[in-house]
Amino acid sequence: MTIGLAHYLTVASVLFTLGILGIFLNRKNVIVILMCVELMLLAVNINLVAFSVFQGNIVGQVFAMLVLTVAAAEAAIGLAILVVYFRGRGTIEVEDINAMKG
Amino acid sequence: MLLQALAFYVFAAITVAAGAMVVVSRNPVYSVLFLILAFFNAAALFVLIGAEFIAMILVIVYVGAVAVLFLFVVMMLDINLTELREGFLKYFPVGALIGVVLFAEMLLGLGIVGAGSATITGLNAHGAQVLPIDNTRAIGRVLYTQYFYLFQVAGIVLLVAMIGAIVLTLRTRPGVRRQKVGDQINRTKEQAMTVVKVPTRGGV
Repeated sequence: MTIGLAHYLTVASVLFTLGILGIFLNRKNVIVILMCVELMLLAVNINLVAFSVFQGNIVGQVFAMLVLTVAAAEAAIGLAILVVYFRGRGTIEVEDINAMKG
Repeated sequence: MLLQALAFYVFAAITVAAGAMVVVSRNPVYSVLFLILAFFNAAALFVLIGAEFIAMILVIVYVGAVAVLFLFVVMMLDINLTELREGFLKYFPVGALIGVVLFAEMLLGLGIVGAGSATITGLNAHGAQVLPIDNTRAIGRVLYTQYFYLFQVAGIVLLVAMIGAIVLTLRTRPGVRRQKVGDQINRTKEQAMTVVKVPTRGGV
C-alpha cells in the first residue's frame, strides 16, 4: 500500500479540528488557546508540504517556511501580551478579558 | 513501501494523539510537552515525504524556540490550575459539534480532491526522488531568487515581532535607584562642594 496525498491531508485535517476543538474547550486558559493556534498552523504546514511534494512543486515548502515565520512571530507577541496582562490583572482567564469593552 | 506505510501510520497516530493530549491535558506544562511531541512527529512525517529542510526547521524553530518560550511563560505565570479547568465540560458539546461539522466538511473536500485529480498517486510518482537536486538546494534556489522579497519581508516580520515583544514586556519600575554615570561625570565642583564659614565655638 502506498501513502498518498489523502493520508497526509487526513492527518492535517484531524490536527486542525483538534486545534479548533481546543480553542472551544479551553475557554479559560489563554496559553492552551495559543498552543491550539500553533497546532492549527502545523496542520496548515502539513497541507502545504504534502501538496508541494506530491505535485513536484517546491514553492509550497517555501510558503510553509513563511507560515512558520509568522507562527513564531505570533507566538512571541501573544505570549508578551499575556505576560503584560497577567502582570496587570493577576489572572489569564479569557472570560475576564473585556477591559476594552466600551 | 510497507515499511514506509507503517512508519507513516505510527508517526501520524502519535502526532494526532499528542495533539489531542495538548487539548485535554490538565496541566499546561504537560500541554507544552505534548505539543513538542506533536511537532517532532510532524517533522518525522515531513522527512518521510522527502521534505527534510522543512522538517529540520520545524524542529529548530518550534521545539527550540517557540515551545521553550511557551514553557517559560507557563512556568513564569503563577496560575491556578483548578480554576482554569472549570468550563471544560460546559463547552464540550458545542465544541464537539463544531469540530465534527468542520471535520466532516474537510473530509468532503478531501474526497472531492481525491476524485478529481488522478495524477496524485504515490510518493514515487511526484515525490522528491524525481527532483534532480536535493530538497534544501531546491528551496534555496527558489527562495533566494524568485522569492527574495518575500524572504526579506519574513525577516521584517520577525524584527517587528522582536521589537514588539520587548516593548510590550519592558517596564520601568518607580523607586529603583540606579547608578547614573552621566550625572556623576557632569557634576561640577560648584554643585558638589560648598564652603561653609564656621563661626568660632558655634559649630556648623
